[in-house]
Amino acid sequence: MTVISDTGRDAEPGYRPSPLQRARIAHRRRQTVLSVVVAAASTAVVGVLAVVAVTGAPGWQRVRESFLDPAIARESLPLVLHGLWLNVRLLVFCAVGALLLGLAIALLRTLRPAVFFPLRALAASYTYLFRGTPLLIVLYLLTFGVPGLRLQGTPSLLVLGGIALTIVYAAYLAEVFRAGIESVHPSQRAAARSLGLTHGQTMRHVVLPQALRRVAPPMLNDLVALQKDVGLISLAGPIDAIRMAQIQTAEHYNYTPYLVAGALFVLMAIPLIAVTDWVTLRAARRQSAEAAA
Amino acid sequence: MSTPVLDCRGLRKVFRGEVVLHELDLTVAEHEAVVLIGASGSGKSTLLRCVNLLEPLDDGSIHLDGEHITDPRTDPDRVRRRIGMVFQSYNLFPHLNVLDNVTLAPRRVHAVSRARAEAEAMRLLERVGLAGKAREYPDRLSGGQQQRVAIVRSLACAPRLMLLDEVTSALDPELVGEVLSLVRELRADGMTMVIATHEMGFAREVADRVCFLDGGRIVEQGPPEQVLGDPREPRTRQFLERVLAAGRL
Ligand SMILES: Nc1ncnc2c1ncn2[C@@H]1O[C@H](COP(=O)(O)OP(=O)(O)OP(=O)(O)O)[C@@H](O)[C@H]1O
Ligand SMILES: [Mg+2]
Repeated sequence: MTVISDTGRDAEPGYRPSPLQRARIAHRRRQTVLSVVVAAASTAVVGVLAVVAVTGAPGWQRVRESFLDPAIARESLPLVLHGLWLNVRLLVFCAVGALLLGLAIALLRTLRPAVFFPLRALAASYTYLFRGTPLLIVLYLLTFGVPGLRLQGTPSLLVLGGIALTIVYAAYLAEVFRAGIESVHPSQRAAARSLGLTHGQTMRHVVLPQALRRVAPPMLNDLVALQKDVGLISLAGPIDAIRMAQIQTAEHYNYTPYLVAGALFVLMAIPLIAVTDWVTLRAARRQSAEAAA
Repeated sequence: MSTPVLDCRGLRKVFRGEVVLHELDLTVAEHEAVVLIGASGSGKSTLLRCVNLLEPLDDGSIHLDGEHITDPRTDPDRVRRRIGMVFQSYNLFPHLNVLDNVTLAPRRVHAVSRARAEAEAMRLLERVGLAGKAREYPDRLSGGQQQRVAIVRSLACAPRLMLLDEVTSALDPELVGEVLSLVRELRADGMTMVIATHEMGFAREVADRVCFLDGGRIVEQGPPEQVLGDPREPRTRQFLERVLAAGRL
């Protein structure tokens, strides 16, 4: 590793890099260009080979007709997009709900006084139960089981499905938050309490801001997973993007609508994934800065 | 005699079967600076943490300005507002800048307006020569600067009593001086203090009274010249000889 900076950031007035340093910078630049060229070329080669292999396969013609029909794609796109709007709304509600519920459960688990034992135990059982149960089973129990009770004012299948997603993801997020809360050193809590802050004020102003910053990457990863899993609502009946794709597929005897739905889900995920990567990178940088300090 | 600021009677603290404080008595009068010395593990930090109600007692009682603060019905948060505590490891809040570190408790605990809290914080920071660092985050400050901010943070709540737990132990030798001179100033202002320290020279200079702790008991106490210069107890003498041999006097 070189200790000599090659950026102009620290440039003081009057400073000119030595010929050696200029040679070093030029060399590094050439290396960068070379590696970009190599990466692009090798990607192109692999891509071409893959295309040749797939399109040259004996069944390619039939697969293309049943999965990649442009006319059907065009026709189903608006309908699937309309279904996706349901997924988006569901995602927002479930994400907000799961974050709040998860945080509440994590906070319950940090209460120390003995009188709170029942609440703590309840919160702990919640995370054990719902991290252990497959999401699909919770979804079926709520969307098929609850209406079966024939109670007055039973919410719609969409709401029930949303509740299922929320309670399962809240269990995962609660563990993420708890890990963050516990990663804040006890001396921070002692310092806050010694200033007279109450338990609640200490959590709100001292512990949580530090905890949330640390667990932002895993928290966002859980939200990325949630944004895919909102598609499971289709199994309970509401007409979302996947359910609509299924209907279109049946209508056209052609799988293209599924591919359309898949592509739309990927597009929907890209911003969140990009944010996650950016936050993760920033957290890693901050941590190495802390370690160096 | 007027009511002492701090009056500890028969303090007992047990950690996992190990008795860390043995029926310990300690009284601190207003404007008095009491220095606790003693080997590592003798119970200095535990005593300070008990006084600040960060550790529950296993027996005994503590009175602050005559008020029984270890009564189970007292609200520990209300008690801690009147006591400032500074730790060996500074414990500044890393996500808040210097100004927000100092104003957090005045604003949230004492319901002081932001403008007034900040004005008061700036006045205090000015006094310790750190007004220029008000917007910096703790990780951009030296250890000595962080510790001075930590002291200012406690002072901002206008405490009746300050507890200082080895506030220079984590510092590089060249940074110790700036923190000690701040403590000296507090002493000159008449702040009532209990100070745990390994700096014997500083203890001698700043203490009205020195208490030597050993195994959770105050073995000897008195004016610094006597306890540090001419100790009566063999255990105090032994301790001071060891410290002297380590070159810390
Ligand atoms: N939270 C705790 N749990 C268990 N034991 C503890 C705890 N805190 C302190 N002790 C024990 O209590 C004893 C006194 O510790 P204390 O920190 O009060 O000593 P000290 O005089 O401050 O020492 P030092 O000079 O090293 O700071 C030690 O034996 C220590 O191991
Ligand atoms: Mg200690």
